[in-house]
Amino acid sequence: MSNRARMSPVRTGLVHLALAAYTVIALFPVFLTVINSFKDRNAIFRSPLQVPLPSTFSLIGYKTVLGQADFLHYFQNSFVVTIASIVLVLLFGAMAAFALSEYRFRGNALMGLYMAIGIMIPIRLGTVAILQGMVETGLVNTLTALVLVYTAQGIPLAIFILSEFMRGVSDDLKNAGRIDGLSEYAIFFRLVLPLVRPAMATVAVFTMIPIWNDLWFPLILAPSEATKTVTLGSQIFIGQFVTNWNAVLAALSLAILPILVLYVIFARQLIRGITAGAVK
Amino acid sequence: MLCPRKPKKTGKAMSDINTPAALQPVSIRRPVRWHIAVFLLPAFIVYSAIMVLPLIETLRLSFFNTVDGVSTFIGLANYQVLFGDQRWAHDFWNALRNNLVFFAIHMCVQNPIGIALAALLSTPKLRFVAFYRTAIFLPTLLSFVIVGFVWKLILSPIWGVAPWLMGLVGMKSLFAPWLGQSGPALVAVSLISNWQYIGIPMMLIYAALLSIPEEVIEAAEMDGITGWSQFWKIKLPLILPAIGIISILTFVGNFNAFDLVYTIQGALAGPDMSTDILGTLLYRTFFGFQLQLGDRSMGATIATVMFLIILAGVSFYLFAIQRRMRRYQF
Repeated sequence: MSNRARMSPVRTGLVHLALAAYTVIALFPVFLTVINSFKDRNAIFRSPLQVPLPSTFSLIGYKTVLGQADFLHYFQNSFVVTIASIVLVLLFGAMAAFALSEYRFRGNALMGLYMAIGIMIPIRLGTVAILQGMVETGLVNTLTALVLVYTAQGIPLAIFILSEFMRGVSDDLKNAGRIDGLSEYAIFFRLVLPLVRPAMATVAVFTMIPIWNDLWFPLILAPSEATKTVTLGSQIFIGQFVTNWNAVLAALSLAILPILVLYVIFARQLIRGITAGAVK
Repeated sequence: MLCPRKPKKTGKAMSDINTPAALQPVSIRRPVRWHIAVFLLPAFIVYSAIMVLPLIETLRLSFFNTVDGVSTFIGLANYQVLFGDQRWAHDFWNALRNNLVFFAIHMCVQNPIGIALAALLSTPKLRFVAFYRTAIFLPTLLSFVIVGFVWKLILSPIWGVAPWLMGLVGMKSLFAPWLGQSGPALVAVSLISNWQYIGIPMMLIYAALLSIPEEVIEAAEMDGITGWSQFWKIKLPLILPAIGIISILTFVGNFNAFDLVYTIQGALAGPDMSTDILGTLLYRTFFGFQLQLGDRSMGATIATVMFLIILAGVSFYLFAIQRRMRRYQF
């Protein structure tokens, strides 16, 4: 690192300029939405780019959103679906990854390949039959349907990432456990799982984002009022209130919030996961 | 699958130490290792039941249709309708063409800019890297609903943010309500999608660039290869596998995209179906929209065609590109 690429200040400046320019492009729409959600209607239209001033500050949009739509309930649905799916993906994915990476048995490679198909082929293509199956089993308009679909969707990538990491867990450790009389289940839950925790966090983040943001399956499998997720709920709410800009901007800002919080919590883990996993 | 089996000569025979028979040739004394089944079954069952079987069932449904209220095998008749019937064929080719344009714009705009940003980010000893990285990745985390509506508002002539911004650089006269015009709408939607997803190529390429060992770069510097030519001659060949991965991810993502078009232009993918892609066509066909009734068989047929397109792309990548790519081991 010591004598690497001494760059001229001009070039460093240009690099910063380019990155800062793109940062503005990336953040501007979000910034614009959030500042305008705190302004009254006139100010939104007269001077969209001004930050809210005491004279133009207003919470009317948020009042409309919280009064009109059952957003708390939608948030709750999204949380339940996302968390249940992540737990199942991690548990089932880790168990299968352990079986595939730890034991030699006939059909191991074939099973690995079978599971890997799902990484590349999107689950959406089977929607016609998924809907039919959910109708037959009476699971339409239940959160269970969403949890099942998202679990199936997340398992292939989870197995792929976790088995890579599990191959790195020392055999000596596991064999020491076996000599001490631990069952295979205890070795998995008590020795291996704690060691691959960082990889589990990576998988959790990768699994969480598409589930939280998905519109397709909530729209098709669970569009009822009781099971709407926040993504679907805000889509419909915005569609109905399309001329009420205060409400639309407030709803958008509210929808951005949880992802921002999650991102701040998981950012480091996500970066580490991408840096570790994508290289190979 | 779970039958006892001769241990491999090399490798992890030690892991079978709890089953003494593992160290001998095939033996009837060796118990069935039930725990393997227990570990595998939950994932296998959920994945098979919710993902693989419905996919196969969807492929199967595309050869059936309802005749006199009974589902009947009709061979390729659905495909004949899709490609032969004027209305269906028009919609399908329109969606496929739009999808190809959508993909081309991602490959020509999103991925090169993503690679460029990653290259800039990996500049040694650059400050604020974490901030830039976080900010540029943020749109990727936002849901399509947010992205779609925010851009709809910005590009709306009523609000006037976009014309005002263009006025700053003296191009106000060039502004048009792009999303409402059938020509530029597809380009506008594609660029919005690029804005949202640029973080993915950026992160993957950034990770690949970071993994290039110091010695390689130092050797290049000793030979006087620095800056621009260092990127083209040394780093780019080394990150080609990562570029292959982002290309195939873009391909798969684009050919099953739906959400952004749906949130910006609605299920009819207006104006005048100019932003209709395969995902929105599939949604309208099998689920129905407004006056159009849902048609399961035709939906399955379109899903099958999409499956074949994605399969062709993935196979092309796996067999034609990935195999020929040189990988460097450090």
